[in-house]
Amino acid sequence: MIEELATTQEGDLVINVGPQHPSTHGVLHLVITMNGETIKKVEPHLGYIHRSIEKMCESLSFRQFIYVTSRMDYLSSHINNHGCALCVEKGLQIEVPARAQVIRVLMDELTRIASHVLWWGALAMDVGALTPFFHAFREREAINDIMEETCGARLTMNYMAPGGVMFDIHPNFQKRVHAFIELFKSKIDEYDELVTDNVIFKARMQGIGMLSYEDAISYGCSGPTARGSGVKCDIRKLYPYEIYNKLQFEEIIETGCDSYARYLVRMKEMRQSLSIIEQLIDNIPEGEFLAKTKAVLKLPKGEFYSKVETARGEFGVYIVSEGGTTPYRIKFRSPGFSNLSALDHMARGQKIGDLVAMMGSLDLVIPDIDR
Amino acid sequence: MFLKDYIKDVFGAVKSLLIGMRRTGYYFTHHKEIITQQYPDNRDTLVLPERFRGEVVMPHDEKNEHRCTGCTACELACPNGTIKVITKFDITPEGKKKKAIDKLVYHLELCTMCNLCIEACPSDAIKMAQNFEHSVFDRSQLTKVLNKPGSKIMDGVE
Amino acid sequence: MWSLSDITNSIQNALNRAFNPTFATLTEMVIVGICVIGLFAVLGLILVIMERKVSAYMQVRLGPNRVGPKGMLQSLADTLKLLLKEGLTPDGADKFLFNLAPVIAMIAAMLLLAPIAFAKNFQIWDINIGVLFISAVSSISVISILMAGWASNNKYSLLGAMRSGAQIVSYELSAGLSVLSVVILVGSLKLSDIVQSQENGWWIFKGHIPMIISFVIFLVAVTAETNRAPFDLAEAESELTAGFHTEYSGMKFALFFLAEYVNVFIVCGVGATLFLGGWMPLHIGNWHGFNHVMDFIPSSIWFFGKTFFLIFVIMWFRWTFPRLRIDQLLNLEWKYLLPISMFNILLVTLMAIMGWHF
Repeated sequence: MIEELATTQEGDLVINVGPQHPSTHGVLHLVITMNGETIKKVEPHLGYIHRSIEKMCESLSFRQFIYVTSRMDYLSSHINNHGCALCVEKGLQIEVPARAQVIRVLMDELTRIASHVLWWGALAMDVGALTPFFHAFREREAINDIMEETCGARLTMNYMAPGGVMFDIHPNFQKRVHAFIELFKSKIDEYDELVTDNVIFKARMQGIGMLSYEDAISYGCSGPTARGSGVKCDIRKLYPYEIYNKLQFEEIIETGCDSYARYLVRMKEMRQSLSIIEQLIDNIPEGEFLAKTKAVLKLPKGEFYSKVETARGEFGVYIVSEGGTTPYRIKFRSPGFSNLSALDHMARGQKIGDLVAMMGSLDLVIPDIDR
Repeated sequence: MFLKDYIKDVFGAVKSLLIGMRRTGYYFTHHKEIITQQYPDNRDTLVLPERFRGEVVMPHDEKNEHRCTGCTACELACPNGTIKVITKFDITPEGKKKKAIDKLVYHLELCTMCNLCIEACPSDAIKMAQNFEHSVFDRSQLTKVLNKPGSKIMDGVE
Repeated sequence: MWSLSDITNSIQNALNRAFNPTFATLTEMVIVGICVIGLFAVLGLILVIMERKVSAYMQVRLGPNRVGPKGMLQSLADTLKLLLKEGLTPDGADKFLFNLAPVIAMIAAMLLLAPIAFAKNFQIWDINIGVLFISAVSSISVISILMAGWASNNKYSLLGAMRSGAQIVSYELSAGLSVLSVVILVGSLKLSDIVQSQENGWWIFKGHIPMIISFVIFLVAVTAETNRAPFDLAEAESELTAGFHTEYSGMKFALFFLAEYVNVFIVCGVGATLFLGGWMPLHIGNWHGFNHVMDFIPSSIWFFGKTFFLIFVIMWFRWTFPRLRIDQLLNLEWKYLLPISMFNILLVTLMAIMGWHF
């Protein structure tokens, strides 16, 4: 299937981008058919980082399988864990304590900011500006420090447990988050100065990677990728989980349909997440952080599905249980896979330089696509 | 007016570029914004938060006693088979057989630091240490026995 | 006063006394050759460490700080590493052209050093068509890039080389036109004449707004000509991995790397000579005291100071801006820079005829 073609029969150039390529951010392999600099076809080849996580989960208990999902979309690992925990709680009908709900949402939004900040730096690097990458990591480091202090790890936190969170928040947590809010408010304006308003960046992003409203729906795109095309698909608004229905925040919709619209959606989402954190940080209710559960969890016989909004889009967890201690079948609906499928449609007729910018605007995380 | 738009275009573009350059120029001249941590040099001052998960250890007190009863809850909780509890039967002074650990084998190379074993432990016998420099020259050095040789279970831990 | 021209004169006198004129000239040529190669090596080392430090500070990090005092010997260590690395020639490459390309890049860069005035009366070859020579020879470098891209037998390299060809050919135009505006005002192509004409003020100050515009256009065009970001489409590491030098390694890669930095130095040197007065000190009108103080600073320091300032500006561009796309790059040239510089040259001509400049 992956034979090395130099040219097609029509005389078009065939280029293998990846699996080792600086801008695929992982081991994605794209076979591009080009006419000069213009792309005719993009064929993603997957499987380089396939670890059969779904199959693996079938042999793990309902407490254990949550940690594996951190390794899928590692940039929003906390939100993935959240989705799994929600699904298990649905099956067991556990009531999550109010304090745990607030902590979960706070951590989700911090993770979302961290993920978007990293995406911002990586996108700027894809279009050729190397400096924003380092500025982005500076702010991400602040979030990572908060995570490290409360959850015990920086990237794959495994802070979720069925029924709540694993530990209570650290005594310093609120102080540090306040400091972070102050820091980030000034830095996000710098982001606009450095990249958003830059005329070269605008020229690179505007009008490329067009994904119309209809196409975004038919390719199953979700998250900022679809919202950049005007699709209302924020799970936090449409199917609110935890306490999202009590919070004041906007669903960011841009109708530009191009890479710049997707860029703007994520930039505005960072501000929205910041406002959610501001609403919650001083209002963490007292009480239990973890509901009492049995030592061995057994989901009743049946099928359970829950979905959450990760930084990349809709993440769904589907569990089929036979009543045992391990799931009979688990299926994850990862946002990256569907978003990647739109790449071919977007890239046709564009230049190869745009392909990189488009991939950046889709915010692909390869382990999330391959699982 | 075509010419007016053209000139406006050019000026707007130059302005946005200058704003970007002002930002990088600011960081070029303000060296106290530098965030680099010179890691191997700052080892003495490097403090990791107490919850940081580096590796599983079993604390022993000064009498070389630990709190592990050998219940294998950690072994069952571990998703990767990182922990193996090998038990033996001690003879208590009253002449009764009592289950105790012979070895608690911990495979650091398999561990994902998910904290499930520590959550599962009923007697708080194991905890996470903040050590994170795990590089060794041989893989076999990553397989560790957590209980110290000759250690006993603490009195009163059941 | 101590100056570089005294040293060269004394060497020439000594040689002429000792040998016959032909042999003396030959010896001088050898000395100049060695000096140029030495200058190359030193410039490469300095510019690489400068780039790394500039980028580090802009990216809120420290940059190299381990080898030598404050990391200043880092590029020396890197050179040593590159020397010891194996220079691979890929299978299926055109071996002759593949190995020739980096050498041509170096030779083109070396030739460009000839007409540049480094200090007062210190110039390798004061050719009377200096400006023309520079713009002619600088376009040779595109041949080496095309050669490298073609001979590598790699599609990324080929794409990079083709981009570079389109880019350099179009940006030569506006670079040439902005240089021409100085030539119009001076009325000579000789670099020493151009420097001499700026004795009472640099052209960027004397020439009102048109000269500032042509200076800016010159900066943009030479950034593009030397394949520096935001016009680094020939390399474009996020698109084409490393563009035309994807397949190069070891010293062959280092030669390309060195040629890029020396090219940057040369175009900045030319820019300093044409617009900022070359080795001429800063003189302001009738402030005799101030002018006198400025004269005490050696002319070589003036030249290198101005050149390094321009190099810093070009590095500043690189570490701030995203890269353009190939069609936008050509749009920028043909729709913006070229019309503006053509209009500008009319203004400059008018200024020269009416004598409106100072």
